[in-house]
Amino acid sequence: MELKDIINPNNLVYEKPKLLTENTMHYCPGCSHGVVHKLLAEVIEDLDIQDKTIGVSPVGCAVFAYNYIEIDWQEAAHGRAPAVATGIARTNPDKVVFTYQGDGDLASIGAAEILHACNRGENMVVIFVNNGIYGMTGGQMAPTTLIGQVTATTPNGRDVGRNGYPLKITELIAQLPGTSYVTRQSVHTPATIRKCKKALAKAFQAAIDKKGTSFVEVVSTCNMNWKMTPVKANEWMVDNMFPFYQPGDLKDSSKTDPESYTPLKN
Amino acid sequence: MAKVIGAVVVDNEECKGCGLCVVACPQDVLAQNKQVNSRGYHYSFMKNPEACIGCSNCATVCPDTCITVYRVKI
Amino acid sequence: MGELRLMKGNEVIAEAAIRCGCDAYFGYPITPQSEVMETLMDREPWDETGMVVLQAESEIASIHMIYGAAASGKKVITSSSSPGISLMAEGISYIAGAELPCVIVNVQRGGPGLGTIQPSQADYFQSTKGGGHGDYRLIVLAPSSVQEMNDFVELGFQLAFKYRNPAMILTDGVIGQMMEKVVLAEYIPRLTDEEINEKYGSWATNGRKANRQRNIITSLEMDSGRMEKNNIRLQEKYTKMEEEEVLFEEFSCEDADYLLVAFGSSSRICQKAVDLAREKGIKVGLLRPITLFPFPKKPIAALAKQVKGMLVVEMNAGQMVEDVQLAAGCAIPVKHFGRMGGIIPSPGEVVEALEQKLIGG
Repeated sequence: MELKDIINPNNLVYEKPKLLTENTMHYCPGCSHGVVHKLLAEVIEDLDIQDKTIGVSPVGCAVFAYNYIEIDWQEAAHGRAPAVATGIARTNPDKVVFTYQGDGDLASIGAAEILHACNRGENMVVIFVNNGIYGMTGGQMAPTTLIGQVTATTPNGRDVGRNGYPLKITELIAQLPGTSYVTRQSVHTPATIRKCKKALAKAFQAAIDKKGTSFVEVVSTCNMNWKMTPVKANEWMVDNMFPFYQPGDLKDSSKTDPESYTPLKN
Repeated sequence: MAKVIGAVVVDNEECKGCGLCVVACPQDVLAQNKQVNSRGYHYSFMKNPEACIGCSNCATVCPDTCITVYRVKI
Repeated sequence: MGELRLMKGNEVIAEAAIRCGCDAYFGYPITPQSEVMETLMDREPWDETGMVVLQAESEIASIHMIYGAAASGKKVITSSSSPGISLMAEGISYIAGAELPCVIVNVQRGGPGLGTIQPSQADYFQSTKGGGHGDYRLIVLAPSSVQEMNDFVELGFQLAFKYRNPAMILTDGVIGQMMEKVVLAEYIPRLTDEEINEKYGSWATNGRKANRQRNIITSLEMDSGRMEKNNIRLQEKYTKMEEEEVLFEEFSCEDADYLLVAFGSSSRICQKAVDLAREKGIKVGLLRPITLFPFPKKPIAALAKQVKGMLVVEMNAGQMVEDVQLAAGCAIPVKHFGRMGGIIPSPGEVVEALEQKLIGG
């Protein structure tokens, strides 16, 4: 059989999701964001919720996410996406709202907003792309930067005495009673990508079912600022990020039952 | 036993030459071209098309969604 | 005539918000405006009109909740006092940049810093000149009575939606805490998504329907040429406001030799000062700007041809006086009299300042 006979619409098994726009992504070659965007488009398409999904993309590399997926978007200030999403979700209870945040955005400048939105159990999906570095501003230390990791502002490696410890914010989030599903995924192999897609689908289904906050961390690479090839960056992530940020579900239940709290004495 | 054969089409202009598809391929079908596209990237191509089984691994890992996959059972 | 009640200024903001069909209030407690959210929580409007009331974790979160809800086309309001408004400056700049309608109430207290919980008008510059980063303006309404606290909520929304621009009600602890009689507005129903699209155009991010492109609410534009065009469009909007939306009030100006200029609570003190001065035989008038932006430049310029001097009375170190000087020109003296730190000037002090600074008594 010749190539031209195989390349035929009847034999199609994988194509670009329809919800992805024709715009070329601004991300660096091999960036994990592109894969997560693709999964997001596929999940929204599969659940057929494009007419009621509103995305919030705050400052960071994904600030331009609105250029790539054919849904309504709001761009938010640095760290404030969970507050913006709260405003949308509270006044639009029939819509599906998600934020798409990086580690500097979510775990540093927006730490208060994410903790309180998750603690209130706002009905939304949080997609947290954690690559341990500030990508857009040129590779400075993030709250999630590993001890010893070299960045533009820790040229000799992150030093605990000077910079404090890397923050496992997802573990913190999992403690909060408003969250129902908290998971840590990655997108570095075909198998993990398929698994991450399932996690995203579950998170969006939870939002449709009004189960409170679902939180999907995607441990990712930033090969450009890690100063590695994309392939090497994936290996580095597996060797260094995974021991500290272990993939897997941290919580898979429902919002905490208010009845479980001790009632007031009078 | 039924044999599966496949083929991939890379959008040469959209490809950024990151090479992730090359290592994701279980059949060693893909390679990066010595030629560059108009943006200067060494875009991927099928150097060994007969080996393709249409598993879609390359397209799945592609961050720029520039690979389309076809598969036929014979 | 609507329902007549005796109410605090802050309580009236809450009542007016419910009645005008507001979709949500997001706020954070701060003296002297906490009664706004307290009243709302007590009224439980979610049962009555479906209005959402949420106590946020900070003023920063409040204003970004406003951003999110406003960007989905909703009619939303927040309130705070001076230090809280400083925290909101980031969000207000984004709201102005993304061209979203909302109403922000600032019940001013004395600053700088934590300052005092007593009333002040020291946020005039912050409110009328921007307050956050970038070239933007708020529509600024300055009520001088509890009745106007009621009236300016819906007026603020009308202007905010007309221009897709944030509107601020700039008041202070005097009017926020003061009880006066007020005629409450009639109820206006909240709008559905379809009504929002029909009434305001289909810019809101309330879900991309098959019949339109995706809507994107952003203040970001990396192309300098397009960014300059965005800025020019904003400036044209502000110019249109200056041409069409100026509101002010004049008292005893027809035969005035001297003019007092004051806004908000200071203007009430000045009304009494006008009477005291006239009893002394000094012909004084008062001009009260109601919109601080757009500023009533033209009426001030006209009165500058009539009077021998102007005294701008503010509870600050001299802020609006700069706008009055620009409007009046150099032909007559324009002086300032103010008290700070939460001290409210008396009418007698105003007349004294007028005599000393302008008449040379």
